[in-house]
Amino acid sequence: MYHRFDAIIVGAGGAGLMAAAQFASEGDVAVVSKLYPTRSHTGAAQGGISAALGNLEEDHWIWHMFDTVKGGDYLVDQDAAEVLSREAIDAVYELEHMGLPFNRTPDGKIDQRRFGGHTRNYGESAVRRACYAADRTGHMILQTLYQQGIKNQVRYFNEVMMVDLLMTEDGVCNGIVGLDIQSGEIHIFHAKAVLLATGGFGRVFKVTSNALALTGDACAILFRRGLPLEDMEFFQFHPTGINKLGILLSEACRGEGGILRNGKGERFMERYAPNLLDLAPRDMISRSIHQEIRAGNGVDGQDYLHLDLTHLPEEVIEEKLPDITDFVRTYMGLNPVTDLVPIQPTAHYAMGGIPTDVEGRVTIDQDNTVVPGLYAAGEVACVSVHGANRLGTNSLVDLVVFGRRAGKHMLDFMKQNDHQPLDPEPDYRARAEIDTLMTNETEENGADIRDELQEHMMDDAGVFRTAEGLQRLQSKLGELKDRYSRVGVRDKGKTFNMDLMEILELGYLIDVSEAVVAGALAREESRGGHFREDFPDRDDVNWLRHTLAYKTSGGIEMGSKPVVITRFEPKERTY
Amino acid sequence: MQVQFRIERFNPDQDTKPWFGEYTVDVEPTDRVLDALNLIKWRQDGTLTFRRSCAHGVCGSDAMRINGRNRLACKELVRDYGSKITIEPMLGFRVIKDLVVDMEDFFASYRTLQPYLVNDEPPGVGRERLQTPEEREIFDDTTKCIMCGACTTACPITWTNEDFLGPAAIVNAHRFIYDSRDHGANERLDVLNSKSGVWRCRTIFNCTEACPRGIEVTRAIEQIKRTLLTGE
Repeated sequence: MYHRFDAIIVGAGGAGLMAAAQFASEGDVAVVSKLYPTRSHTGAAQGGISAALGNLEEDHWIWHMFDTVKGGDYLVDQDAAEVLSREAIDAVYELEHMGLPFNRTPDGKIDQRRFGGHTRNYGESAVRRACYAADRTGHMILQTLYQQGIKNQVRYFNEVMMVDLLMTEDGVCNGIVGLDIQSGEIHIFHAKAVLLATGGFGRVFKVTSNALALTGDACAILFRRGLPLEDMEFFQFHPTGINKLGILLSEACRGEGGILRNGKGERFMERYAPNLLDLAPRDMISRSIHQEIRAGNGVDGQDYLHLDLTHLPEEVIEEKLPDITDFVRTYMGLNPVTDLVPIQPTAHYAMGGIPTDVEGRVTIDQDNTVVPGLYAAGEVACVSVHGANRLGTNSLVDLVVFGRRAGKHMLDFMKQNDHQPLDPEPDYRARAEIDTLMTNETEENGADIRDELQEHMMDDAGVFRTAEGLQRLQSKLGELKDRYSRVGVRDKGKTFNMDLMEILELGYLIDVSEAVVAGALAREESRGGHFREDFPDRDDVNWLRHTLAYKTSGGIEMGSKPVVITRFEPKERTY
Repeated sequence: MQVQFRIERFNPDQDTKPWFGEYTVDVEPTDRVLDALNLIKWRQDGTLTFRRSCAHGVCGSDAMRINGRNRLACKELVRDYGSKITIEPMLGFRVIKDLVVDMEDFFASYRTLQPYLVNDEPPGVGRERLQTPEEREIFDDTTKCIMCGACTTACPITWTNEDFLGPAAIVNAHRFIYDSRDHGANERLDVLNSKSGVWRCRTIFNCTEACPRGIEVTRAIEQIKRTLLTGE
């Protein structure tokens, strides 16, 4: 089936819907999403969205910018961090005006809470910057933006999975190919501009807070087409996942006063971050947790520690952290008011992704050459505002600020440009890939390959990495890729073929993993979320630069591009 | 532990009517029902089909009938069900395949009640609309809705009366009617006062029992009825 729109937005989470909201009544735009929009993973974000409103104490956007740059271990592009922290303020007010039910101060303003790495006066002490709606801030953002879409009568194609990107020979993006999961039909979306807002790829790891749908689809599709992925080696492990399950327990637990304790009951963060303690950035805390476990300080000699909320007033736990309390009760049978909660780091957020400029335009090289008509925003993109480690709450800021900018820029772009003609058979690649999977003999079970992929990625590309482990992982990925070519879809039907969807996703996971491992092996230093035991120090002389991974017929080639530094020179990062 | 699953199956490409598939799986007592469904799909029968995403009860994808009650498969642990579990699609929706149902009408009902903030007054630049914590508290409960459909299809009125908007749509109207910033209450209340509205509710409380987010759905509906009667 053929569709023609001015603009196509792929993905209906915070970034995609914020972009869609910019079109309002202008332009012919459609949102194509693998899930129903309200199922998107933005809805799982808990703790808050930071903006220097200063509603409770003095705060300034430049302090937010500094924290973002330092939190990202100075790999952040500072022009982008300035945009993020300045425009966060307007974006939060815009969300409030759309109806988002923020918690309030006694005088009726948006309430704000403390969050990891967010400080006053360039690192002096924690500041109340995170605007929040209980511990379901992301849910309220997703709901509010979806409600705006209803008001603006946005056109949705729900449960349509992007399976290819369309480009002209001159490198201009002119559409996408989608698989309608319900009907099994292939759809061609011809457009002047395409925004990719498909989220992250946490499902490459075994223990993750990410939804089953987060399989890096857009990253993998662009990678296969020869476009680069930036800083893929930087993946954030959130310190407080529910033991084994990986379900997130928000940093807001610690923002409200929660404490991390090792098996001896010690508040071990005193030794690692004497100033910010349990509100140090996530990369530092996750590493500290693993170091405690290695030192034999896990609980009962096992590989988990405790989150302690028992000293907090019961009403704080029930009223400000209700969902988290529910998760702990449902999945662990514990009561956080009286019980210590077993936690371990969980794969949470991709700092890397599709390189873009501050307008959301996809770029392809160190000179930031733009792909006309192609945009990316949200976790799938790398602007880079998060550098080597994202601060808590900045993912939601990123979504609304850069979703909005990308939407506005696309609106201008489509007014000034025409549709570029499509190839005579634009869907041939997608059809060939699907036909192969549907007709393959089922010699290999995709689930086996996925399990092995996730386990090996967790072991050798997790919080700690070495050249030896990464090389081992590289050859494992080669083996898994070979086995993937012998996977067949077991469901041969057309209607809602979830098996086909999962096998396509597995292919994406493998390709994205290759990019992560290539970057991790290349970067011979430790910075933010990337820690090499064989290169334990940050190396600004050689590695104060972004990596770009390109997939070529001869394997993955690594390039790089400089970090934009405007206001803050790199310094040692202590908290 | 070993658990026997009976799962209602229907593939429109080949089946004329639904049938039950039986599967035995080894699971941990603390595994979610969703984990067991994934095990069956990945290890026994790749054609088994259901929606799922977040796997911890916030996205609303995997509402289904588990031993006869509407639940999210990712919020139920197998140990709470014992060794026999029956899974069926939610009632009252057209089945697309196996446990996947067509929710278009459900979302259409939701859209009829202007589920967005109605307020044409300019909010002012660089500041928020003010709202006290007490004003916000009034509609806090109904902001939790994830539109999974569990409440609406647990309601027997929706099984026999196609016009009834259903609990989920009403919950989302409640969320705006009692928001001090909103000016659209009268239009929503007109719809809710019509024959498709709140008076169809017989306070059976199935919706409240079914809600995986713990929303007091019946209470919200009763509050709207009181407002219609008293104007408050």
